Amino acid sequence: MQESWLWPLAVLAVAALATYVWRFLGVLLSGRINPESAFFAWMASVAYALLAGLVTRMIVLPVGPLIETPLAARLTAAAVCLFCFLITRRLLPSVLIGGGSLALWLSLSVS
Amino acid sequence: MKTELSFPDRQAAFRGGLREAAGAPALAIGASFLGFGALVRESGLTLWHGLISTATTWALPGQVAMVELYAVGAGLVAIALAVGASATRLLPMVMTLLPLMRQPGAPQRHYLLWVHFIALTGWAVIMRVGPSLPPALRLPFFQGFTLVLWATTLLATAIGYLLPTVLPEAVTLSLVFLTPLYFTMLFLEDLRGHRKALSLVLGALLGPPLFLLSPDWSLMLTGILGGSLAFVLTRNKRA
Repeated sequence: MQESWLWPLAVLAVAALATYVWRFLGVLLSGRINPESAFFAWMASVAYALLAGLVTRMIVLPVGPLIETPLAARLTAAAVCLFCFLITRRLLPSVLIGGGSLALWLSLSVS
Repeated sequence: MKTELSFPDRQAAFRGGLREAAGAPALAIGASFLGFGALVRESGLTLWHGLISTATTWALPGQVAMVELYAVGAGLVAIALAVGASATRLLPMVMTLLPLMRQPGAPQRHYLLWVHFIALTGWAVIMRVGPSLPPALRLPFFQGFTLVLWATTLLATAIGYLLPTVLPEAVTLSLVFLTPLYFTMLFLEDLRGHRKALSLVLGALLGPPLFLLSPDWSLMLTGILGGSLAFVLTRNKRA
């Protein structure tokens, strides 16, 4: 079955459904939530904590292609980005300089 | 990005969303989908598979998990569980964004299409600027904002698929890294309000250790533990 041309499409459909089911549940469960309520405030705290955890994990313990980059390089790049942001308060240049410093580190360590 | 935005009507709000997205947000999100396109190629899938995945799943961690599991020949159940676990974050995100974007009198099914477009960037931006906009303008602003991001990710998936041999690996890896950097700055820019700030800090501290404990459920645990703690500690303060 995995040789069939249908197999990748089945995989894609399963991944799309497994993702959309959470969005669908969100629609079902959010019908009566009042944005002024304590429940909403708690749910927002949960979402912020969850996303902050996800983003930190993407830097400290990435999955996917970044796994082959050294932790020190990623932390340095994040620190450079943070430093630029604290000085300039400008988001895009800081992110680009942070990314650039990772590229620099990686190309220097290869050669 | 400015926190205060104002638009005369829904069309202007939609166009405002397009404009706000067509800059740092599109670049940061596009960069990581370049990496996804390259990953799709390495795994032996076609460009069309990559585009279908970006169009229909539109949640990068799940897409990466899907491609990696496909490449090692995993079964459908394993793929569904892994992708589903990585997408749990969408539940609290939808449950907090929809109440903000609700249009007076519209039934819940009105949002079944638009929830597909909820992702971290659009969510964080609407949570920030949404409350300052009149409720009727929030959904059109979100639609404009997120359509730009969606189109950008499709384009970036294709470019990433077609160009991996052109760019040195150090550059492609750094492009992928722009996404967590951008998200970090996005949240740092938004450290206003005790409760939000404490939720972000606790989540950032809990995320990595809990991931080592349980990769699949760490996100939900981080959110519930960190978020509840922040909520309780700031209960008597103004959020």
